[in-house]
Amino acid sequence: MLHIHCPYCRESRSEEEFAYGGEAHIQRPSRPAQTSEREWGDYLHFRKGTRGVHREMWFHVAGCRRYFNVVRDTVSYAILKTYAMGEEP
Amino acid sequence: MTAASQPRRLGQGGRIDRSRTVRFSFDGVAMQGFHGDTLASALLANGVDVVGRSFKYGRPRGIVGHGAEEPNAIVRLGTGAAAVPNLRATQVELYEGLEAHGNAASAKRLAVALRRLMPAGFYYKVFMSPRWLWTAWEQVLRRAAGLGTVPSGADPDCYDKVNQHCDVLVVGAGPAGLMAALAAARRGARVILVDEQAELGGSLLASTLTVDGAPAADWLALTVAELRAMPEVVLLPRATVFGYYDHNFLGVLERRTDHLATARAGVRQRLHRVRAGQTVLATGALERPLVFANNDLPGIMLASSVSTYVNRYGVAPGERLVLATTNDGAYRTALDWRRAGRDVALIVDARPRPAGALADEARRAGIEVLSGHAVVDAAGGQRVTHAIVAPVDPADPAARRLAGPTRRVHCDLIACSGGWSPTIHLSSQAGAKPRWSDAAIAFLPGTPGQSTRSAGAANGGVGLRACLQDGGDAGARAAAGAGFSPKMPSYVMPTVAEASEEPPRALFLAPHRRPVSRAPPQFVDMQLDVTAADIELAAREGYRAVEHVKRYTAFGFGTDQGKLGNVNGVAILAQALGQSIADTGTTIFRPAYTPVSFGAIAGRAVGDLFDPERHTSMHGWHTEHGAMWENVSRWKRPWYYPRPSETMQEAVQRECLAVRGGVGILDASTLGKIDIQGADAGAFLDRIYAGGFLKLGIGRCRYGVMLREDGTIFDDGVTARLDERRYLMHTTTGNAEAVLQWLELWRQTEWPELRVYCTSVTDHWATIALVGPKSRAVLAAVCHDIDLAGTAFPFMTVRRGTVATVPARVFRISFSGELSFEVNVPAQHALRVWQALMEAGAEFDITPYGTETMHVLRAEKGFIIVGQDTDGSMTPDDMGLGWAVRRNKRFGFIGDRSLDLADHRRADRLQLVGLETLDGAATLPEGAQIVVAPEQPPVEMHGHVTSSYFSATLKRSIALAMVKGGRGRMGETVHCPLANGRTLAAKIVNPVFYDPEGERQRV
Repeated sequence: MLHIHCPYCRESRSEEEFAYGGEAHIQRPSRPAQTSEREWGDYLHFRKGTRGVHREMWFHVAGCRRYFNVVRDTVSYAILKTYAMGEEP
Repeated sequence: MTAASQPRRLGQGGRIDRSRTVRFSFDGVAMQGFHGDTLASALLANGVDVVGRSFKYGRPRGIVGHGAEEPNAIVRLGTGAAAVPNLRATQVELYEGLEAHGNAASAKRLAVALRRLMPAGFYYKVFMSPRWLWTAWEQVLRRAAGLGTVPSGADPDCYDKVNQHCDVLVVGAGPAGLMAALAAARRGARVILVDEQAELGGSLLASTLTVDGAPAADWLALTVAELRAMPEVVLLPRATVFGYYDHNFLGVLERRTDHLATARAGVRQRLHRVRAGQTVLATGALERPLVFANNDLPGIMLASSVSTYVNRYGVAPGERLVLATTNDGAYRTALDWRRAGRDVALIVDARPRPAGALADEARRAGIEVLSGHAVVDAAGGQRVTHAIVAPVDPADPAARRLAGPTRRVHCDLIACSGGWSPTIHLSSQAGAKPRWSDAAIAFLPGTPGQSTRSAGAANGGVGLRACLQDGGDAGARAAAGAGFSPKMPSYVMPTVAEASEEPPRALFLAPHRRPVSRAPPQFVDMQLDVTAADIELAAREGYRAVEHVKRYTAFGFGTDQGKLGNVNGVAILAQALGQSIADTGTTIFRPAYTPVSFGAIAGRAVGDLFDPERHTSMHGWHTEHGAMWENVSRWKRPWYYPRPSETMQEAVQRECLAVRGGVGILDASTLGKIDIQGADAGAFLDRIYAGGFLKLGIGRCRYGVMLREDGTIFDDGVTARLDERRYLMHTTTGNAEAVLQWLELWRQTEWPELRVYCTSVTDHWATIALVGPKSRAVLAAVCHDIDLAGTAFPFMTVRRGTVATVPARVFRISFSGELSFEVNVPAQHALRVWQALMEAGAEFDITPYGTETMHVLRAEKGFIIVGQDTDGSMTPDDMGLGWAVRRNKRFGFIGDRSLDLADHRRADRLQLVGLETLDGAATLPEGAQIVVAPEQPPVEMHGHVTSSYFSATLKRSIALAMVKGGRGRMGETVHCPLANGRTLAAKIVNPVFYDPEGERQRV
C-alpha cells in the first residue's frame, strides 16, 4: 500500500485515503471548438502509459479533498515527489 | 508416568516445564504432554509416527520439521464453527484440552491404488475430454481433494486491527534479529521486533553453543531482558509477518489467545498494519530435505528438527539414527542424538572427504562416517526401518549415478540435511529478485527496492558468530537509514565458541539404480505429492519456465507454499533442462508467508459493519410500515410497501394508481445534493452542464444533463438557483460521490480562477416528495407561509417556507409527471415532517410508495435513469435530450466539442424509443435483444430493452429501449427473442406513454 505525502496536509498518509486521478499535466485545448478531430481525439484518449517515471494526479478523498501531483516510478512504485496543483515538479 | 504416557520423552533437558502436565487429544486419542510443548513435539513424545495421509496418493506421513516449513502435520483444532483448519502441528502450542484432528480422509485410500495412473498434469490429460464428462468427474474429485474441513458456521471469535508506525521493524528474533533490534534500539530508534514463536530466540532456543562464555540461553535471556526494558521497543512474539507490501507496509498477524485453554475471551488474533521506516529481515533459513526414493516415510526428518526436538523439547523421535548430510553443521544432530543416549547407526556424507571439526568430533565419538555416500532409498511401512545407502559419483557434481553397490542399514530415524535455504519470502515480496549463489548453494536475497535489508541466515550467513555480526550491522545501518546518528553507541559483538565449517556439497536428487521415472517416488513437495519424476516429465513434455512447471505439476502450491521443496524442485528442473539453476530462476513468493485466517483479515468489519448501510431519517418508519428494501449504492431505500397477502406486483400497481389518482409520498432523501456557492457558481455550472445555468432566475429550477468530455452522459438531475451566488445541485443517488469528485477535478485543476465552492449536503437535508393531484391539498394543511397556487408557485420553481413548523425548501419538480412538491427539511426533523404529512394526507388516503413505483411512473413518462437506460456510450441526442443542450455558450461546456465528432452524428446510433408489445399483457424482460428477422441467421441486432414494466395506469406493459435509428422507425414492429425460445413482437412508439403534453405536472 502506497504511502503518499499530501502537499496540502503536509503529511504522509496511506493510499486508502486517496483516489487516483490519472496522468497529470494534460493540457485541455483552450478553444475546443477550433480543434481538429485528431487533436481533440489525442486530448481525449491518448495517454503516455509511461513505464518508469510518471507524473500523475491523486485526489485526497478522505483528507483535504484536493488534487495534487505525484511523480511515481510505475515499475518500482517509488514516489519521487509530490507537489501542489499549479506548481512545477 | 512420563515413561508410560510419553515413551519418547527424554529423562531430562529441554525448555519444557515437566511440572505442568497438559492433556490433549489427537484424532480422538487422549495423550499428555508438557507445558512448553508444541503439538508436534507432544505427538512425537507420545510415539505418534503417522499424522496424516498424503494429498494425492494417500501415503502415511509423519512429522518432518519443527516450524513453518512443516508439510505433513497439518491439523484442524476444535470442531464446528470454532474449528480452525490448516494449522501446522509444529506451530501449535500445546494447551490443556486441545483437541486436534489430522487430515486422514477416507477418500484418500482410493487414490493409493491409482498412484501409477496419476502423473503430472493428470487432470488436464484425463478429465478434459470429452468436455461434458468433466462436470461428472468434478463431483467425485472435489470430494476426494483438499486438506482439512471447513468450519461449519460463522466464526465465533473476535479479531481486531491496529496501525503501527516504527523506525525499524525487525522480523525474526533469532540471533541476527536480536542483535539488529539491540543495535537499532540502542541508537534510539523505535523498534518493533516480531517473532512467530512463543519464545524469542529462534535457533538459540535449541543451541548447545556458548556465547560470552555461558550457554547461549543465558545470553538470550539477558538480551531479551534489555530489549524489554527499553521504552521504545515493542516485542511481538507469537506474531508472523505474513506480507511485505509497497512503501514498507507490512502485515503482521499476532496470535493472542490461540495458545490458551480458555481461548474464547478477548481478541483472538490481531492484525498489525505496520508502516516501517526501515526493516531488517532476520527470518533465518529453512533446512533443505534430501530427495531420495521413499523419502516421505514417517521417521525421515530434517536434521535441525531432530536436534530441536532433542534439545528444546526433550524428545527423541526414534531410537536409531542415520544422518544423511551434505554439510558440516548437521553433524551436530548426530552428536546431540548421542548425548541423548541414543544410537547413531551411521553418518552418510555426500562429500568425498569431510574433514571439518565437527566431522572429526563425530569420528572421535566412535560414530561411523561414510563419506562420498548418500541415502538413495528407504524401506519401511508405517515408519522407516532401513536406509539404503550407496556411493555417489565424486566426479559428477550433480551425482547422477551410483558409484558402487548399495548397503542396507537398520534404523528408525533418518535425519536429512541438504543444506540451508535462506527464508527470502519477505525480501522477495518487497521487490528484491532472488539471486542464485553457487557458493552458498542457495537463492540469496536480491537487491532491495525498498528500505530493507536481510541479515543472518536469511542473508546466507552460516554459523552463530556470522549471524550475530550480520544482525548487529544490519540493525545499525537500519537505525542510520531511519535518521539516527551512527555516532551513538550501538552494540558489542559477543564472543562465540564455534567450530568452523567446511564447504557443503550440492545434492538435490540422490541417484537410484533405476531411472527417475521408474524409481520409487522421490518426493520434492510432500504436501502436494509432487515427485522428481513429475518434474522431469513436465520438462520432457516441453515445459521450460519454472512458473509453468509449478502450475503443471502443482509443486509449491500447497498451504506450505513449497517451503521445503522449492529449491530442490528448481534444481531438478534445471538438471532436466540441461541449464543452470541461475538461468532457471525461482518462482515468485507471494503473501501470505503462512496462512492467515479470514477472521483476522476482516477484523471488526463483520456483521453490521461488513458493508455499512446508509439509512434516511425515515428508515425506522419504513421498517414499521413493512417496507421491502432496495439497495441503491450504500443506501437502503423502500422498494414497495406490501399490505398483508399482497404480491409485489399488486402492491406496485396499487401504489401507482394511488399516486396518479390521489396522492403518494416518497422518501427521496438519498438523491445527491451539492451546495454550490461563489461569485462564479453560475459560470461554473454553465461549463459543467450541457444546458444553460448562468442566467437561471433566482428561485427557478432546471433539469441538467452532465457530460463527460467525450460527449456521453455522466449524470443528470435538477439544479435550483437559491440565491445570486448559490445553487443546489441534485445528482442521481448512486453517483453523488462521483459527481462531487468530478466538480472538484474541474474546479481545482482546470479552472482554479473561478470563485466557486462545492459542498455535499446529501446527509443534511431529507427530501420528502409529495406526489399526485391531491398533493397540493395535503401540503396546504401543514404549510401556511407559501402560496401554493399554481400561478404563485409554478412548476420548476423553489420556495422557502415552513412545513409542519420546520423550516423547509419546497421544490415544484416532478419525476412522475404528476403535480409534485419535493419538501427539503433538515434531516433531524424529517421524520416529524413525514408524520405530519401522513396525518394531513389521511383524508386523501395518502399512500407511501417505493422505488419500484417511482420507476414505473417515470417510465410511463419516458424519463430516463442514467445507468439503467444509458450506458457509458449515450449522448444527449441519443436519449432525446437535445433540448437540454445549449450549443452556443460563450465558454462551451464539458463534452461540447465531442458532440460534433463524426461517430456521434451517425444516423444509425442507438436512440431511445418506447416499445409496446403487441400482446399488452406480456412484459418484455429488461436486457432483451431487439431484432427484425429472428428466423434468419446471422440475426442482426437492432438494440435492446433498457426498462420494462407493467403499467397499471395504462393497463398494459410498457418498455423503453435503445434502437438503431429508432426515432425514425416509429410504428415498426420488431421482435425480442426470449431465453425460453419464444419471441415477443413489439411496436416502436414514442417513449412518453402518458400525458405526452406534460399537462398534469404543471397544474
